[in-house]
Amino acid sequence: MTFTRALSQVISVVTPLALAPLLLGWVNQVRAWLSNRKGPGILQPYRMLHKLFNKDSVMADTASSLFRFAPYAIFGCMLLANAIIPTLSTDLPLASAADAIALVGLLALARVFISLAAMDIGTAFGTLGARREMLVGFLAEPALLTVLFSASLNGKSTALATIVEAVVHRDFAIYPSLVFAGMAFTLVYLAENSRVPVDNPATHLELTMIHEAMILEYSGRHLALMEWAAALKLFAYSTLGIALFLPWGIGQRATPSSLLLSLPSLGLKLVVIGAVLALVETFSAKLRIFRVPEFLATSFLLGVIGMLTHILLGA
Amino acid sequence: MTELSIQLVNLFASFLLMLAFAMLAQRRVLTLINLYSLQGLTVVAATTVVAHMTHQEHLYYSAVLTLILKVFLIPWILHRLVKRLNVRWDVETLINIPSTMLVGIVLVVFAFNLALPISRLSSSVVPGTLGIALACVLLSFMMMIMRTKALPQVIGFLAMENALFFAATSATYGMPMVVELGIALDVLVGVFILGVFLFQIREQFESLDISHLENLKED
Repeated sequence: MTFTRALSQVISVVTPLALAPLLLGWVNQVRAWLSNRKGPGILQPYRMLHKLFNKDSVMADTASSLFRFAPYAIFGCMLLANAIIPTLSTDLPLASAADAIALVGLLALARVFISLAAMDIGTAFGTLGARREMLVGFLAEPALLTVLFSASLNGKSTALATIVEAVVHRDFAIYPSLVFAGMAFTLVYLAENSRVPVDNPATHLELTMIHEAMILEYSGRHLALMEWAAALKLFAYSTLGIALFLPWGIGQRATPSSLLLSLPSLGLKLVVIGAVLALVETFSAKLRIFRVPEFLATSFLLGVIGMLTHILLGA
Repeated sequence: MTELSIQLVNLFASFLLMLAFAMLAQRRVLTLINLYSLQGLTVVAATTVVAHMTHQEHLYYSAVLTLILKVFLIPWILHRLVKRLNVRWDVETLINIPSTMLVGIVLVVFAFNLALPISRLSSSVVPGTLGIALACVLLSFMMMIMRTKALPQVIGFLAMENALFFAATSATYGMPMVVELGIALDVLVGVFILGVFLFQIREQFESLDISHLENLKED
């Protein structure tokens, strides 16, 4: 019994690890298609990780041990975040270890590490990226919390597994609060994963970079871990969105077979989400950095309205 | 069936609230008009659902009236006004937009608390929507206060009327037909008069910035 539970927990950790680059590759491929390019294929992130892991890592003379340690810490945070989110099943040993607020804390920890590492070398671009990241982060975090609170009010618990189960087991109904929370979450999703209206993951112009500017100094296996962590973050946010708003089809027992059964529906939802993300990115222009607070204030506002409508309408 | 209708009305109500905030945050005049049109459409949808749910025939008529007037006619007039006044520029607000929205949240909390005892007395099946309608009225009111240009103020006034209409349909299942017709015509005439007024303001000051109205005469 404990063996099957442990095995299913391992499966639910390995799945994000294996699928995260695929999701990133899919998004990039759809973006390429939408701009009439052929695209590198959806397996490109794997090839890139393979290439980077086989390269030597070059360190700046001024780098401290923090710079060396940060990729592992960030990668660990993202992996743990993926383990907390009920991706494949709501009944997993680790799921009860941390609730939604701990998840936000975990993401914040990763942000602190990546910003410190970016400032560690002392180059102008790293510091610039770190400052912008903190600006985006401190505005996106309350918005994400309001989204999670809306969902928690609906599920009457802050434990993610309980929230998901509450939504799955109820009869289908329209919840205005969840509609608002969903819209707020979409904006946070774009901002936190350094997607187009806020940041451009494919940019080569240092002055507009946020996330890319922070990992500019990394190379070799450290860069590979950073890129993988970014893919894991995208995966974590995607599965968090699925868990909160479209959880149907999720497994409810901690057996490997139940997990594997819920894999196709998860895959289908991720394919759709990736395509929609690429569509949004293609259709929107990058915001000026000074408009980003407005963008995230809107997200925070929608989250708060979600909570308020829940209180007023009771739904 | 009724369950679904109630949920739908609640959904439209929250959509209305969102649109009120969107209008508050919107910088461009043309988008503002489109948002107003969308708000009208939401009100029409909510009215139709309420009419279907409560079997009130006259609500269908007021829904059709709203559709013609507030979704097509008035936005069309406003579009013409924008074209003829040539005011496509970004709207200026008195305080910056994030702070406006934070004040907006406070207003919503205030309106919800204000409406709570009233909606407890209400016999309506969707009592919660009264608070939302009140919040929309206050938000449109704030939009009128915060904008410095005349045209967004007119749109704020129209949005306020939309919210009032929604309050009437959701809380009391609509006003008598005569009153509704009267209000609808009032709004239409109001838009015409305000349109003429805008031309006059521009004629006098060569700008639609109403802060010019504060001076008694030219220095």
